Amino acid sequence: MTTTVDKRQAAPTVPTAPTRNSRVGRPHAVWALPAVLFFTFFAVVPMGLAFYLSFTEWDGLGDPRPVGFANWQKLIDDPRLTQSLSLTVVLTVASWAFQTVVALLLGVWAAGRQRNRAVLSAIFFVPFLLSSTAIAILFYALLDPNFGIIQKDTLGSQSGAFLAIVFVGGWQFIPFHTLIYQGGARQIPEVLYQAAAIDGAGRYRQFFSITLPQLRHTITTSTVLMVVGSLTYFETVLILTKGGPGTDTAILPYLMYEAGFKTYDFGYASAIASFLVLAATGLSLVLVRLTGFGTMRSTREGM
Amino acid sequence: MESPRRRHWTKRANPVAGLGSFIWLLIVLVPIYAMLSASLTGADKALTGNPLRPPSEPTLDNYGTVLDSDFGHLLSNTAIVAIVVVGIVLTLSIPLAYVAVRTRDRWSNAAFRLFLLGVAIPAQAVVVPLYLLIAKLGLYDTLPAVILPTAAFAMPVSVLVLVGTLRDVSEDLYEAMALDGASPLRMLFQLTIPLAKGGISTVVIYSALQAWNGFLFPLIFTQSDGPRVLTLGLFNYVSQFGVNIPALLASVVLSGIPIFAVYLVARRALVGGLMGVGGK
Repeated sequence: MTTTVDKRQAAPTVPTAPTRNSRVGRPHAVWALPAVLFFTFFAVVPMGLAFYLSFTEWDGLGDPRPVGFANWQKLIDDPRLTQSLSLTVVLTVASWAFQTVVALLLGVWAAGRQRNRAVLSAIFFVPFLLSSTAIAILFYALLDPNFGIIQKDTLGSQSGAFLAIVFVGGWQFIPFHTLIYQGGARQIPEVLYQAAAIDGAGRYRQFFSITLPQLRHTITTSTVLMVVGSLTYFETVLILTKGGPGTDTAILPYLMYEAGFKTYDFGYASAIASFLVLAATGLSLVLVRLTGFGTMRSTREGM
Repeated sequence: MESPRRRHWTKRANPVAGLGSFIWLLIVLVPIYAMLSASLTGADKALTGNPLRPPSEPTLDNYGTVLDSDFGHLLSNTAIVAIVVVGIVLTLSIPLAYVAVRTRDRWSNAAFRLFLLGVAIPAQAVVVPLYLLIAKLGLYDTLPAVILPTAAFAMPVSVLVLVGTLRDVSEDLYEAMALDGASPLRMLFQLTIPLAKGGISTVVIYSALQAWNGFLFPLIFTQSDGPRVLTLGLFNYVSQFGVNIPALLASVVLSGIPIFAVYLVARRALVGGLMGVGGK
């Protein structure tokens, strides 16, 4: 709140160029070093290490032994990889469609400032507070064929297990994306709606001609977060279906977990992990490009 | 025509949207209600009744069962992890965001970009090599094995939120302090941090939530009862309680209560901070 006031006060003094290059009172870049070192050690180095390990054989006890491309060859030949890859893609697309439609509608609705909408929004957010573990256990219990709401072996069938994962993922993450859309919708200039109303545009016309186009950056951000997030459905799969029935819901991270921490083939697990890193890096580049977060600093340039 | 000053959505009721949000309310509340109701049902009656029916003889036995099985130990471990993670994240991210906003030379830009890209590193992708690092450091099966990677992976989003907040601190205020001969450190503590309280509280809640709800790192990097945290404890209850689903659900309820309490108190900081993530 203070910050908006500051902005207004700052506005008239924009062209004071000489102070811009002043080094006085600016911290040295070395202040950033502890954070960079810490993050590099625990996130960037392991990423490189995953690539190195993917060319070795290692059971987690002795020292890794180089084996060339054996793990990658095995990965390409593994029939589970094709299944798992297409499953991961279908799961991502299904989750995206479900979450985007619901979150966008709820978010735009919740952007209204009525009292009842504020109260309901507060309730809608509650699932996001629970851990993935807790939510997976909750639905594991509710879908139990003997105990649960639906007295049927939902998780025992391929489509049932798949839909359960999509639903549970949505139940958990829709609150977060609703919030993002709510924030986006509140930033749409009111004058656009006034102009549309004067032109006689109805509610639905306004939604499709103003709200949706105006939210395009929000949709991009939310989409990328959903896609990257769908790689973290690991807990849900582990607790809800254990990759089953058979290997029907074994997404890539689950396959990696099994290879590494069930059969102790860490070299092979690293090959799967490296594959994930490549996918995630590609996605993060898309994130930076599409949202333009990196260029946002220029908005206050020259002050 | 109504007054043009008012928001377009405050004008008329929207029955379709109202119905839709009511349906979603049911989707959110029915599982939560079923969980609460089942956790109050005696273990012997759970298999015969429908979980949607309120328990005929409500009992707190299930909560007793959970609390007797070392729940307090799990809770204190998790609290330690959350507090230390928040401490690390704040100590490291605030100077980084400060430099990224104030210094803006090649090095500080590079540092900021590292975290920008870091947003999309999935923890799953690095868990095997991290296991090797943790083991070589002699940290396997200790609380630091959970704390350090959790803090590292909470940093990218924290840095983004902080940089966004710090950008809004006016340059004029810095200049005024510079004229007084203030050092960068004094500006940080007397100007930047007080004005960035909103963003900082978002980061506190976000990283605490990450630590509280994290599952993968505890699953892979700990093993014994000593450093076990809440999420892993819940996971173990699945096999420990077996068919005693009411006790299992009671443990889920208990694990959510602390976070829910924080939500009631600090909803504005969390919701307000996360809302800005999407931009426009």
